[in-house]
Amino acid sequence: MIRSRNYARRYWWFVVPAALAIIAVIVFPWVFTVYVSAFEWRIGSTPEWVGFANYVKLFGDERFLWAMVRTLYFTALSVVFPLVLGLAAALVFHQKFPLRGVARTIFILPMMATPVAVALVWTMMFHPQLGVLNWLLSQMGIPPSMWVYHPDSVIPTLVMVETWHWTPLVMLLLLGGLSALPIDPYEAAKIDGATPWQAFRHITLPLLAPYIVVALIIRTIDALKAFDIIYVITQGGPGSASETINIFLYLQAFAFYNIGYASAVVVVFFALILLLAALLMWTRERVRV
Amino acid sequence: MKKLAGRVAFGLSVLVLIAPAVMVFLWMLSLSLKNELDNTAFPPVFIPAPPTLANYAEVFARNDFLLYAWNSVVVSFSATGIALLLGMPAGYGIAKMRATRAAALILIARITPGLSYLIPLFLMFQWLGLTGTLVPIVLTHLVITLPIVVWVMISFFEGLPAELEEAALVDGATIWQAFRYVAMPLARPGITVACILSFIFSWNNFIFAVVLAGRETRTLPVAVNNMLTFEQVAWGPLSAAALLVTAPVLLLTLLAQKQIVAGLTAGGVKGA
Repeated sequence: MIRSRNYARRYWWFVVPAALAIIAVIVFPWVFTVYVSAFEWRIGSTPEWVGFANYVKLFGDERFLWAMVRTLYFTALSVVFPLVLGLAAALVFHQKFPLRGVARTIFILPMMATPVAVALVWTMMFHPQLGVLNWLLSQMGIPPSMWVYHPDSVIPTLVMVETWHWTPLVMLLLLGGLSALPIDPYEAAKIDGATPWQAFRHITLPLLAPYIVVALIIRTIDALKAFDIIYVITQGGPGSASETINIFLYLQAFAFYNIGYASAVVVVFFALILLLAALLMWTRERVRV
Repeated sequence: MKKLAGRVAFGLSVLVLIAPAVMVFLWMLSLSLKNELDNTAFPPVFIPAPPTLANYAEVFARNDFLLYAWNSVVVSFSATGIALLLGMPAGYGIAKMRATRAAALILIARITPGLSYLIPLFLMFQWLGLTGTLVPIVLTHLVITLPIVVWVMISFFEGLPAELEEAALVDGATIWQAFRYVAMPLARPGITVACILSFIFSWNNFIFAVVLAGRETRTLPVAVNNMLTFEQVAWGPLSAAALLVTAPVLLLTLLAQKQIVAGLTAGGVKGA
């Protein structure tokens, strides 16, 4: 027993270089951020110790609280749509059909594309007068939309881009789940005369549930982290109608150089992400039973 | 007859699924091949007639596009290379020790928003006098590439049969030799997957370079975003630039879709 533990310990040396790198670029920033969040510190001025004052200020800052609300709104929508569409897509791609490989490759392209590049194309498509999307709407007899140029439609529009971008990942995760499902229950259901809908509802969905929860967790985290698309398309506008926590954080840190305050935002944001992730993990445990 | 109708409906649903992707990329291509008059025409002109390469010529003629492309190449290759050097042994060590807690730490790195690393790193690079070089960008890209490599390599090394390495150890090889000459060659498919994914997510990354890059050290995503912000917006050149930026990763996806799918479904990894 002791021998085998020593034996395993010899492999520590394999991990040391990567661990040092992770400490430098990942762990050090965490620790330092928590420390900085206790200072009133603008770049160029001397830091001043203020304890928890930044946090107190944060929870009285209406702009931050609205950013929090917008982030949760954006996240909820950006989880639901990709999950529903991704499940539908996974069911389709699970079937055998000619050119399936080609179709699947095309389907996953959005996920691999450079976010900034596609965001720029979307920006051009959203143009209220000259954009191709309003032309498409007019062909279908639907009145034009202001897309990202109106406070009411900006977040749903950004959700549309996020859905376009990340539905493929959900599809891949669920497709992996579908191919791991046993065949027997389906054969039994067929003999018993179940309709395809009944088979889906009572066999596929329950068996797939753990995979759906994994996709849910990944999607929630990624939607909370969304930055590139929002920054490139709206920069938080119009006004501050699409200013999520990430955009608020970016502005505080790198436009106003308010790094003490921004660090407090990081800590609160990270706590929120951990909380949601833990909540979802807990759901996952319950689904497994 | 009913079977035929079912097939047609199924075919249509496949088309509906891939239509959004096809339409956005084709529209990007269309915009990049048209002159400005056609690009701002309403109703829109879909097929460029005749197609023009003037937009591409313009992109290469200005904006130091080639410099930024070179920066992107240097950053993505270095960040991937360093991540492989550090991450392959780490993945092996973690797999051998079954150190699930180390793996959990990597998962936390995966869920942290990229921006939250930037305040301390920004200060540190300023203090070290490294701003204005590519070093800070390469180092911060390790935040993305290293977890991807470690994560993918853990699952590949765990899948290898232990007998071959044990045979090597019995024959007097050191554990390093067993790793280098037995495990690593066997895990070559895993290395390919780790390499491709880490390259793509480093190439696509925007957030680190947008904060850390100066005029001379921008990567392509930052440069192309600047075209939108600071210059009179011309749709043709902008689309041409956007397409050039994302073309390498799209080509890589088309060529290596099997490895990419395998890697993504293994860990559900994605860049920070």
